[in-house]
Amino acid sequence: MTTQQTPAIQVHGLEKSYKELRVLRGVNFEVARGSVFALLGSNGAGKTTAVKILSTLLKADVGTARVNGFDVATQAANVRESISLTGQFAAVDEILSGRENLVLVARLRHLKDPGKIADDLLERFSLTDAGGRKTATYSGGMRRRLDIAMSLIGDPPVIFLDEPTTGLDPQARIEVWQAVRELADRGTTVLLTTQYLDEAEQLADRIAILHEGRIIVNGTLAELKQLLPPAKVEYVEKQPTLEDVFLTLVGTKA
Amino acid sequence: MSKHFFGDTTVLLGRSLRHITRSPDTIITTAIMPIAMMLMFVYVFGGAIRTGSASYVNYMLPGILLITVASGIAYTAYRLFMDMKGGIFERFQSMPTARSSVLWAHVLTSLVANLISLGVVMLVALLMGFRSGAGVLAWLSVTGILILFTLALTWIAVIPGLSAKTMEGASAFSYPLIFLPFLSSAFVPTATMPGPVRAFAENQPTTSIVNAIRALFTGQPVGTDIWVALAWCVGILVVAYVLAMRTYRRKIS
Repeated sequence: MTTQQTPAIQVHGLEKSYKELRVLRGVNFEVARGSVFALLGSNGAGKTTAVKILSTLLKADVGTARVNGFDVATQAANVRESISLTGQFAAVDEILSGRENLVLVARLRHLKDPGKIADDLLERFSLTDAGGRKTATYSGGMRRRLDIAMSLIGDPPVIFLDEPTTGLDPQARIEVWQAVRELADRGTTVLLTTQYLDEAEQLADRIAILHEGRIIVNGTLAELKQLLPPAKVEYVEKQPTLEDVFLTLVGTKA
Repeated sequence: MSKHFFGDTTVLLGRSLRHITRSPDTIITTAIMPIAMMLMFVYVFGGAIRTGSASYVNYMLPGILLITVASGIAYTAYRLFMDMKGGIFERFQSMPTARSSVLWAHVLTSLVANLISLGVVMLVALLMGFRSGAGVLAWLSVTGILILFTLALTWIAVIPGLSAKTMEGASAFSYPLIFLPFLSSAFVPTATMPGPVRAFAENQPTTSIVNAIRALFTGQPVGTDIWVALAWCVGILVVAYVLAMRTYRRKIS
């Protein structure tokens, strides 16, 4: 049904309004299989709305979107088999333990041997020791890691990460970036939204800037950089950034 | 209906039942208020209330049971609200899981939690001297009415659970429901009330439900009360279900 050549995500002329507010005003983009695509935009640009439409949580007013070759409006069940959504807030069950959260998702995806899947993911995300604890006791970074681990269950070919590092401290952010890079290495298509420019720069193969409901640019980092006048050579004293200082002091390598 | 509906509902029911066993305070707080009311009515006001019934605890227990359910479903709305807010609802909805299972698991959990609370209240009533000569059939009928009543109120609770903006908003709807049995035949005979209040009390749902349960407990003929009670329960259930599903579809398209 789907060939390796068809893009993992195809979006054409997507429009969505909430009453008078026109959130998406004709969004077009494609995401190649196995690539990391960043949707960059400020708060209220429509990033979350786009992700919700792609993950079948919202219906678009106009336009079409296909994920893994399936139409999000007419083949929603197939789309849901193909994707995982990691929403803006770490959607973990606070009362359950980390392991129970993973087992729950594995069961809901109707997979065999949920216990083994859970244990493997706990290990992969360095959560084995914390696996038996209620997630309410987890730090922000651990919650996010668990959240992403939950999204990997069943190896969906496409993963949506909606602002995966918003509200995280610098160490946790690096942990999440590491997890995203590993995903990309395994060939998973990742669409991530972010308002942090450096995050898009660090992770994405292609970057699209969503502004006032439209994609205003879409390209690789190098292509985007060419939009501005060529680099001037300036000599600046190399000062450590505050982030360098912070990470050195607390002993984490970037 | 998805082929996974029953399996998924079972998995999700297991999840929310685990919530209850890990925070049994929700059951205890649900049961404590009606128990406190029962103690107050029986040992403080009860002596001054003339009901024509030999034992006041026998007289007022049906009303207390309805109050127990009305306060219990506030937690149903609360649990649903927390799932909506936390994003876990969206996670489930974006998975290849039967979508309505998420809602049904909450409804069934509400039923289980309320039946446990009702059991606790019943136990305290027995300690306080509640006695009933009701046979098996009468007990089954009482259980059936209470299950219907719980389901009706649960579907009402689903509406604010899905649409509330704040946690307080999600549970505030239960206050009028808790209050309703006071304006009924639950604690005093309606004959003692002034005209308009009496007219309201005699024609609102909890009066017929209370009268039917009371008649079943005391072994009296239930008369038309039970049919009126059933009609109210089923009517509320259907209307609340339709409105809840409409809210649900508006939230998750």
